[in-house]
Amino acid sequence: MTSVLAVELSYWQETGIRMLIGLAAVLLPAGTFVYVYLFKMMSFMQSRLGPMEAGPYGSMQLLAEVGKFFQKEDVIPERADRPVFKMAPFVVLVSTFLLVLVLPAGPDAYFVDLDVGIFFALAVSSISVIGILMAGWSSANKYSLLGSLRATGQLIAYELPLVLAVVGVVIQAGTLNMQQIVFAQADGEIFGWGGIGNPYILTQFVGFALFLIAVQAELTQPPFDMPVAESELVTGYLTEYSGMRFLMFFIGEFATAGVFSGIAAVLFLGGWWVPGLDSSSDWFNVLGPAVLFGKMMFVSFLIFWFRFTYPRFREDQLQKLAWKVLIPLALANIAVTAVLKVAV
Amino acid sequence: MTHSGVLAEVDWNIARNVFFYLFATIQVIAAIKVVTVKNIVHAALYLVVVLAGVAAQFILLGAEFVATTQILVYIGAVVVLFLFGIMLTRANLGADADLDQDNRVPALLTGLLLAGVLVATLLRTFEDIEFPTETRSTTARVSDSIFSQYIVPFEAVSVLLLAALIGAIVVARKE
Repeated sequence: MTSVLAVELSYWQETGIRMLIGLAAVLLPAGTFVYVYLFKMMSFMQSRLGPMEAGPYGSMQLLAEVGKFFQKEDVIPERADRPVFKMAPFVVLVSTFLLVLVLPAGPDAYFVDLDVGIFFALAVSSISVIGILMAGWSSANKYSLLGSLRATGQLIAYELPLVLAVVGVVIQAGTLNMQQIVFAQADGEIFGWGGIGNPYILTQFVGFALFLIAVQAELTQPPFDMPVAESELVTGYLTEYSGMRFLMFFIGEFATAGVFSGIAAVLFLGGWWVPGLDSSSDWFNVLGPAVLFGKMMFVSFLIFWFRFTYPRFREDQLQKLAWKVLIPLALANIAVTAVLKVAV
Repeated sequence: MTHSGVLAEVDWNIARNVFFYLFATIQVIAAIKVVTVKNIVHAALYLVVVLAGVAAQFILLGAEFVATTQILVYIGAVVVLFLFGIMLTRANLGADADLDQDNRVPALLTGLLLAGVLVATLLRTFEDIEFPTETRSTTARVSDSIFSQYIVPFEAVSVLLLAALIGAIVVARKE
């Protein structure tokens, strides 16, 4: 993609534009999620209105919140390990920004068309664990350290079902490339009928459920929020963070929710493709981002619905669920998918 | 490969060389820091920089799959395991007095010997070979060779890892 609307772009111009779009792709869904789900949906589920004062229906509340965080003092504990403490939120954000790279939004609208695609996404998502460990350790606070150890145990445990849930899709599509996975769904047929392609949520429903549960745990959201359990650990590894640095962790959490729901949309719901148009049609370069965003909003609705509904797990229940239920289920799903792939 | 037409062959090689030396310098500095810093958590974090540098070098060689595996296995799992273990047992902030050992000379000698052997072997093997401009190894090719040509070593390694895993559980269980 070296010409956009017949304008020739040099390599650095193209890269610059991609970086700006990447920044938008991380921040816009994060902001949308916070307002639509965290402020409004959660309030409605609890029979209250949520923010109503700032702007129409409180829609400017987000700006007020960000402004509030910008003004706060950046407090660093006296005994903290300052460089590590300061760097930790950046490490978490780097993981999010690398994740968004593989998300395709149209036949030519992508950041990088990586051959390893989804494998890259799963690999870089594990970088955030190091940021969390750094944050917990450097805070010089027992609650923080306990929180980050819990977070690490949880992220390692749930990374396995996350990876294994994806394997089913990869076997069916025959590729790791995110773009090719979209094409495989768009050009797929259900018993010879290609009207709606073959979105893998139909055949990989178990994989989709496992993926969503594992994503919920990866985001350390309720019911998997043991690492930041406020009744036990204050706020876990976030305890000592304030102002901008807390905001960065917060953005990281919601942006990662956005990227993961985007990845789920690509893997299971057909990504930027909608029935009715040919999958290589140029229209999808314009339409695709909107379609993908719509599907992302649907998947993230599920994620936040669970978040606001279920109470917190106990630590041992949480580990048991991962190792004794999700992983065997994912392995069974892989076995069945592999057998059917060869047999059919 | 979308940019193959954008960057001329010469430009690409210059860019690759510049970034190779950039990453290599960062890696060497970080590697020295790993063994000289006085805090064990800092050492583990510098190790992350070294391993990330290795991943970057793999990407420069066009080996996407190996680079990604490097990130997943070493940064996402091995170092996290290090940090997890350190923090569960002895996560002191500040300098750690008993981190230094008197075995510096043997360690230095071993390191130099290993480096010498590796450099000699690499030079002998790849003496005049130049990297082609298009060296992207596709994942399909990697998997094809693992599951056909190298299937026996692959299975042997799998069984070995499984045995190690079971052994670890047996050792860890008290009763």
